[in-house]
Amino acid sequence: MYVVVVGGGNVGYYLTKELLAAGHEVVVIEEDAARARQIADELGSIVVANDGCEGRYQAEAGMGRADVMASVTGDDAVNLAACQIAKMRFNVPRSIARINDPKNEKLFRQLAIDETVSPTRSILGVIEHEIPVHDLLHLAELEGGDIQIVEALIDADSPVLGRELRDLNLPEGSTIAVLIRDERPQSPRSDTKLRVGDKVLAVTSANGEAELRSLLIGE
Amino acid sequence: MRVIIVGCGRVGARVAAELDSRGEHVTVIDINPRAFSRLPPGFGGESVRGNGTDEDVMRSAGAEQADIVMALTEGDNRNALAAQLAKHTFGAPRVIAKINDPLRGEAYRALGVETICRTIILADALVVAAREGAEATNGFVEPPTAEPRHRAHAPNAAANRQVREAMDAAEDQTAEATIVQPGDGQQGGL
Repeated sequence: MYVVVVGGGNVGYYLTKELLAAGHEVVVIEEDAARARQIADELGSIVVANDGCEGRYQAEAGMGRADVMASVTGDDAVNLAACQIAKMRFNVPRSIARINDPKNEKLFRQLAIDETVSPTRSILGVIEHEIPVHDLLHLAELEGGDIQIVEALIDADSPVLGRELRDLNLPEGSTIAVLIRDERPQSPRSDTKLRVGDKVLAVTSANGEAELRSLLIGE
Repeated sequence: MRVIIVGCGRVGARVAAELDSRGEHVTVIDINPRAFSRLPPGFGGESVRGNGTDEDVMRSAGAEQADIVMALTEGDNRNALAAQLAKHTFGAPRVIAKINDPLRGEAYRALGVETICRTIILADALVVAAREGAEATNGFVEPPTAEPRHRAHAPNAAANRQVREAMDAAEDQTAEATIVQPGDGQQGGL
């Protein structure tokens, strides 16, 4: 395959190296002359030392016959521009943009960039997977830690969503103290049905905490 | 009319001041708060510090209600991103981007973005000024207001100043609607 890579930073450099090792034909466009020379010294004369967003340098890099182009600089504006120029002027079959600000993903897709890759989003995903985002929030402890006051946010995944408080099978030693709905505290009534966005403040013994968590928040 | 201007450089600040003085509701975005010192003392619009290509910043500047968004920073790519963000994410009815590379300008007009190009404006004005005189340039090139007294001593300095002034004048005129090239109204895709 013939691949044009825009940006010779760390991502562009290692990407190029891997693609070459896999037997593909690759040209890198890197604006910084010193960096371009450095890559050329190591990987051969496959570097165009110029602005990868400009049509004539994309032409020089052979964008017209590229199967894939990937713009992987650290600047989303550059990656978008490089992909759009490659699409519009050279009709490249497949354009890939590295996205630094995850919020740009949707816009880039709307603008017909074929593929977006967001390292920020990937790392975020790993972190969120490791650490449960929704957990009991510890507000205070009493009696030297034997009793905890905790808060649980009811979201769409909560097992108790839509259930009445009287139907909750609370662990022994746990009681619901206050319900905060629409930013106002209210006394829990037995017929109150839990809704998304409700915050439940509970008093629980240290032993009952894990059970309370799985009851209100789920796994 | 609600106007958002991304980039408070010389052009952005001047457009902001002119529109504000004509009673338009203007919000200027710049990443560098010192840039706002280019705005005149009586400026009645708002200024937002931040990156104009960032969705959150654009939203806090009121992009959802904007009638027109102008991207006037020094970077073509940034202007293109800001303009397309305003158009596609916030549905701004009109967006104008300063794109100094004429070829890139052509590409963005095909995507529904109005563009303005300093290179084209300056070049056109200077070609007319050279062949027909400053008066024929519609005010883009301004004739000197006084004859230099000792022309023989400093012909280059005087000529240089004239060219410099001509270029500044042309750059300062970029708010003229007639020289903005319209986008073709296409809503997205390539």
